[in-house]
Amino acid sequence: MATLNSQIPTGPLSEKWEKHKFSSKLINPANKRKYKVIVVGAGLAGASASATLAELGYEVHNFVFHDSPRRAHSVAAQGGINAAKNYQNDGDSVHRLFYDTIKGGDYRAREANVHRLAEVSVNIIDQCAAQGVPFAREYGGLLDNRSFGGAQVSRTFYARGQTGQQLLLGAYSALNKMIGAGGIKSYTHSEMLDLVVVDGHAKGIIVRNLQTGEITRHSADAVVLATGGYGNVYNLSTYARGSNVTASWRAYKRGACFGNPCYTQIHPTCIPVSGDYQSKLTLMSESLRNDGRIWVPKRKEDCKKSPADIAEGDRDYYLERMYSAFGNLAPRDVASRAAKYVCDEGRGIGDTGLGVYLDFADSIKRLGEGKVRERYGNLFAMYHEITNEDAYKTPMRIYPAVHYTMGGLWVDYNLMSNIPGLFVLGEANFSDHGANRLGASALMQGLSDGYFVLPSTITTYLANVKAGGRPATDRGEFQQAEEEVRNFTRRVTTNNGKRSPDSFHKQLGKIMWDYCGMARTETGLQKAIQLIGDLREEFRATVNVLGEPNGLNQSLEKAGRVADFIELGELMCRDALMREESCGGHFREEYQYTSNDPEVQQGVVNTGDVKRRDDQFAFVAAWEYAGAPDKAPILNKEPLIYEEVKMSTRSYK
Amino acid sequence: MNLLQRVWRSSLGKKYLMALTGLALFGFVVGHLVGNLQVFGNPELINSYAHFLKSKPGLLWGARLGLLATVAVHVGAALALSAANKAARPVAYSGGSAYGSSWRSRYMLVSGLVIMAFVVYHLLHYTVQLSPVNGVKGGLDFHSLTTRLADGTQVQDVYAMMIHGFQVGWVSLFYLIAQALLFIHLGHGLSSMFHSLGLRNHVWGPRIVAFAQVASLAVFLGYASIPVAVLTGMGGDYVKNLKKAPTTTIETLR
Amino acid sequence: MKVSLKVWRQKNANAAGEFKTYASPELNPNMSFLEMLDVVNEELSNQGEEPIAFGHDCREGICGTCSLVIDGKPHGPHKGVATCQTYMRSFSNGDRIVIEPWRAKAFPIIKDLVCDRKAFDRIQQAGGFISVRTGSAPDANSIPVSKENADLAMDAAQCIGCGACVAACKNASAMLFVSAKVSHLGLMPQGQPERYKRVKAMVDQMDTEGFGACTVTGSCEAVCPKEISLDFIARMNRDYAVALIQGDPKQVVGGGAG
Repeated sequence: MATLNSQIPTGPLSEKWEKHKFSSKLINPANKRKYKVIVVGAGLAGASASATLAELGYEVHNFVFHDSPRRAHSVAAQGGINAAKNYQNDGDSVHRLFYDTIKGGDYRAREANVHRLAEVSVNIIDQCAAQGVPFAREYGGLLDNRSFGGAQVSRTFYARGQTGQQLLLGAYSALNKMIGAGGIKSYTHSEMLDLVVVDGHAKGIIVRNLQTGEITRHSADAVVLATGGYGNVYNLSTYARGSNVTASWRAYKRGACFGNPCYTQIHPTCIPVSGDYQSKLTLMSESLRNDGRIWVPKRKEDCKKSPADIAEGDRDYYLERMYSAFGNLAPRDVASRAAKYVCDEGRGIGDTGLGVYLDFADSIKRLGEGKVRERYGNLFAMYHEITNEDAYKTPMRIYPAVHYTMGGLWVDYNLMSNIPGLFVLGEANFSDHGANRLGASALMQGLSDGYFVLPSTITTYLANVKAGGRPATDRGEFQQAEEEVRNFTRRVTTNNGKRSPDSFHKQLGKIMWDYCGMARTETGLQKAIQLIGDLREEFRATVNVLGEPNGLNQSLEKAGRVADFIELGELMCRDALMREESCGGHFREEYQYTSNDPEVQQGVVNTGDVKRRDDQFAFVAAWEYAGAPDKAPILNKEPLIYEEVKMSTRSYK
Repeated sequence: MNLLQRVWRSSLGKKYLMALTGLALFGFVVGHLVGNLQVFGNPELINSYAHFLKSKPGLLWGARLGLLATVAVHVGAALALSAANKAARPVAYSGGSAYGSSWRSRYMLVSGLVIMAFVVYHLLHYTVQLSPVNGVKGGLDFHSLTTRLADGTQVQDVYAMMIHGFQVGWVSLFYLIAQALLFIHLGHGLSSMFHSLGLRNHVWGPRIVAFAQVASLAVFLGYASIPVAVLTGMGGDYVKNLKKAPTTTIETLR
Repeated sequence: MKVSLKVWRQKNANAAGEFKTYASPELNPNMSFLEMLDVVNEELSNQGEEPIAFGHDCREGICGTCSLVIDGKPHGPHKGVATCQTYMRSFSNGDRIVIEPWRAKAFPIIKDLVCDRKAFDRIQQAGGFISVRTGSAPDANSIPVSKENADLAMDAAQCIGCGACVAACKNASAMLFVSAKVSHLGLMPQGQPERYKRVKAMVDQMDTEGFGACTVTGSCEAVCPKEISLDFIARMNRDYAVALIQGDPKQVVGGGAG
């Protein structure tokens, strides 16, 4: 069993972070340069952490598999970033942001982490504005805000529909500044393929240069993973095609625990699937829900009609009907599940019947087309490009799609995993979003971890490490790790199999979506575990990678990533099977409110809403690798102790 | 590093030089046109103007050397830049090319070089007045064309020279081709000059483009009108009379 | 629908490349162009031929990885979109489509349709930032930015760094890219202290990388997936001229405090 110590500081919630910073050991500025830190990934978390650590004086080596450190998928976040600035004077505060995030996460996040996130949120906006991020402004030159993703205050800062891009470019510019100044060595087209653990501590990585195929060893005093989420396990998702779990997974296989892998966010407003060739689902920003109304026909028979031919009285604005207080702005998990229900009832629209309308007719009437164009013009254009439909004239068709994974490598309050010296940031860790993430919180968490948390907490580890004492790369642990990487490459490139890695990915994605998607059941999950086990064996025997390992080989890259996704998929199903409750993005059909429940009778929740079981499942499931892919992993539990907030039934009615 | 070195070493610096020398050359083109258009007036008008210019050798040679230097910088920067540009894009696309580019912009080097060749010829033709290049049937030394101004000063008969010169079909054709190329060159150059110097934004951009169109067309029409007028008969009687009486004076013409 | 593809294949940076022609299997007009390549690749793979390497990642037009010249036009036939947002409905049954990589000396080809754009990173490392240390920022609202400037800065900042401007330009000039970066930061009050130093450093690095000069042909603007305006180049030219005239700053010899 792994030892999990969450290292949450004692004392009142709102003082923990300050107190912790003060009680952490410092490192002499002259000594900092003797510590080398490897950062893998250059999304919001990775780039901001690299830049800040370098500013502090550490020797930073940054690795990305992309051709440039500016391409991580943070770049695609459209909506915005939350911060408890209360610039709108609408009653926001650090405490309210903290509370909304805890509640939004369905009481499955760590209180102390979330409170810190809310505290730091204000610094992030300052930092980004100073970097020149062109946030939206009011005419007076001050920052504009909007309400977003289930929040009842306007605390979201944004840069048109490209907030993620602008924040990422801000972090990238900070990274560039430090690369230019010599503080960071940047390795692009470099994929981390293994973690090297020496005497129980993370001390290096094995990297394949995707351009030359060269495999190299890198040692460091600490290793930071900021490698993003694993939603591509579903194959179809809003993730970039290259997003993968490999870095996290190899760390898991070296002993790092994987926290809450089954917590997956399904985003309610994506463009529906159009065919089996589909490689990617495109998100339409959640901000559209501010002005769009979601509906399906009341009667099945109307589903194939043109929406214009369905009378107002025959439309079911189901979110407004079910969740009158939040209406179309209900949180993501709630809105997604509601869409699934109406489609399961046979009331879905479009060719596949897997879609609902997002209608702007009322807003266009109220605000005029010009105003709607000003707010969402780029999104409407994007929708038109993909579907060939004009959303000013006819409602958009949307359907939920996999968008974010709340689970990830387990970390303590210092963002260190259970392997000393291995830190995990951003979406790659499990810590801040519980079982569901609120809109505009991911950007906040990535930057919080990178700019403010890690640079401060990494000293809790490094201060106890001898400066300049990192191991040489000719040690046995490095040799062995490199050999394993080479063995995998050799095996798949000489396999002479029949199936492409892509075909396995598709098959895995279908299993995951069918059995571990928006609704999960015990029998379904058991079946999925079986199917994935078979798939793993088939992959081993029949995967086909053409071309040379020495040089750019995209099939080889995919093969490695798909192999890891297959193993991860199985773990996700095991986690979902173990968690006999519903919470946030994890919905077990066996655990939902029915008309017999008093909460439904009192009108707090709807039938079909998620039913948490706090008495038994108020814990973080941290899974530990048992040494072989076919051996059942070991479950470790970190109890979630709430000091400030009372766990209650999450109601959006 | 001094300013000149800094300017020459950077690609943008060379663009500034192109723009500034281009502006100066445009100034010359306009000035020269205004001078030449006097051919549409009384012959004395242009003859006295030409005489006035020649009577100030300091000014004339100053201007000539200045222009020569300007041309040298303009052409030198153009050649250096285009060599660098070619090196930057060594392989062309096979599926078509230059999408979205304005057609005039693609012929700047070609149009510029042909114009330069024309200018060399033009100088030999009318400034150096090298007889073998003027193509007049039976041979004619332009130096031999003289006349007297109203005040009696003996001057070169520039008017007659122009008429004789443009009566030669191929000379006028070459002249017109060069003017057409200048039209292309200026149509792009005049607007991108502002662009290179950074004097353009979303308000002034379209205005500058319109200015370039109008100005380049005006220059073309102005210059082209001279050979066209000569070929359609202007001054024909004047030079016919000259042939009959090679020593004609202004008085006798009156 | 079916199409035939004439695709540039090149084993590695040093190998000579050549065009190869492939017939596509049956396609759906709603497929994206890259999904069409996925399908073709799956078929090639099943036939034992190495799949075509092409750059792609987000497939929603924002990461800037995809980089195909389709029938001579970077990012394909539509205006204001990246390759990944090009759909097969823009082509007709039986079309022959020529697919080539970005071509520029500063963007050497790595393999097939993938080129190396690190030159862009190096330009930004030379000065494409505002030097602000984490933690040292003043309150965000203490620096007002006029809405006009913020909007204009955003127009420039939208650049996705794909390099289509370089690919389209007959001179392989990176001016649109560099000017977008320079203008974004130069338009913000936060960017003023380093404004001239920045433009000087970035343009000089751009020259060093071997990009050509701007001849204002307008190709770059025409193919830019974010439709970034040529006006930004003019803006940069202005700033660079000021930087050239100003010259290098005076060297300061420092002494220790205390």
